[in-house]
Amino acid sequence: MARLLDADGHKVTILDSDPNSFEKLPVDFKGVALLESATDEEGLEKANIREADAFVAVTREDDKNAMAAQIAKRIFDVPRVICRIYDPLREEFYESLGLEGISPTVVFAKLLKEKLER
Amino acid sequence: MYIILLGGGEVGYYLCRELLDMGHEVLLIEKDAIKCEHFKEELGSVILCGDGCEMAVLTKAGITRADMFVAVTDEDDDNLAATQIAKQKFNVPQVIARINKPKDERIFVKLGIEHTVNAAALILENIKAQTAIFPLVRLLSFKEKGLELFLVKVLGAPLADKRVVELALPSGSEVPLLIRQGGELVVPDLRTILEIGDQFICLIPSEGEAMLKAIVS
Repeated sequence: MARLLDADGHKVTILDSDPNSFEKLPVDFKGVALLESATDEEGLEKANIREADAFVAVTREDDKNAMAAQIAKRIFDVPRVICRIYDPLREEFYESLGLEGISPTVVFAKLLKEKLER
Repeated sequence: MYIILLGGGEVGYYLCRELLDMGHEVLLIEKDAIKCEHFKEELGSVILCGDGCEMAVLTKAGITRADMFVAVTDEDDDNLAATQIAKQKFNVPQVIARINKPKDERIFVKLGIEHTVNAAALILENIKAQTAIFPLVRLLSFKEKGLELFLVKVLGAPLADKRVVELALPSGSEVPLLIRQGGELVVPDLRTILEIGDQFICLIPSEGEAMLKAIVS
């Protein structure tokens, strides 16, 4: 996703607490890679979150995504905040809190169903 | 009372045993299957094996009839997620979260979880209470009521030899009790003068904390 947005000309900053994950970024990545936790206010400040137009939380853990996304939305007032929530029931809950959630479980199930019905 | 505990670490296990001993109905939710087997042998059928941040697991735990939900895993994001769901989705009357990273306490409050227990902060207050170097010890926070209860120690200037009524405490403060060095208990009145070695209880509105700090040091 960072690669796609970067290639489209957006200013991208990517946060991860595992330095190895940055190895997947392409060599011509023009954005910023920060070794910081996204559930940490100081880490987010370093990423200049106050200037961000959008914040996307896509770690493998629902709880981390939900916490980071809520900090971005409620503490830093980022206009657009999207988070990945695998648990479909919990995705509904976070939407009731004003977050935009995407559940890969639901999306994938729908895709499979469409494919089967074709 | 029906109490659901999340997280079968040392804290969760201890709470589970103590609360059971007090006669409460308790359910401990733990992710790790091996730990669960071990707990079941020891504590019986008060263990539910599963991810306590998942709606399905919480429903199975009977969260709709829980009187209290306590999240004590060693991951703050899990504790936040579970307590938010317990409070905001299932309306559990009492919800308490353990804080592992001290700076997360502020975030939890902003995200609607006022009642937290922060071990690092408790240890610090305990050190302050046990030594005669620090004038101010936080005893309790009544976050919902916006009040803080402090113990103030008279170590010398600027408090010593002042009348209690002369202290420029934040408005709405109360000093209900003074403990003299020898252990004598005094309810302060207009004439009460502070002496070195005295300690007094002080209840202040939360927003007056900085003011109290400035007065005592």
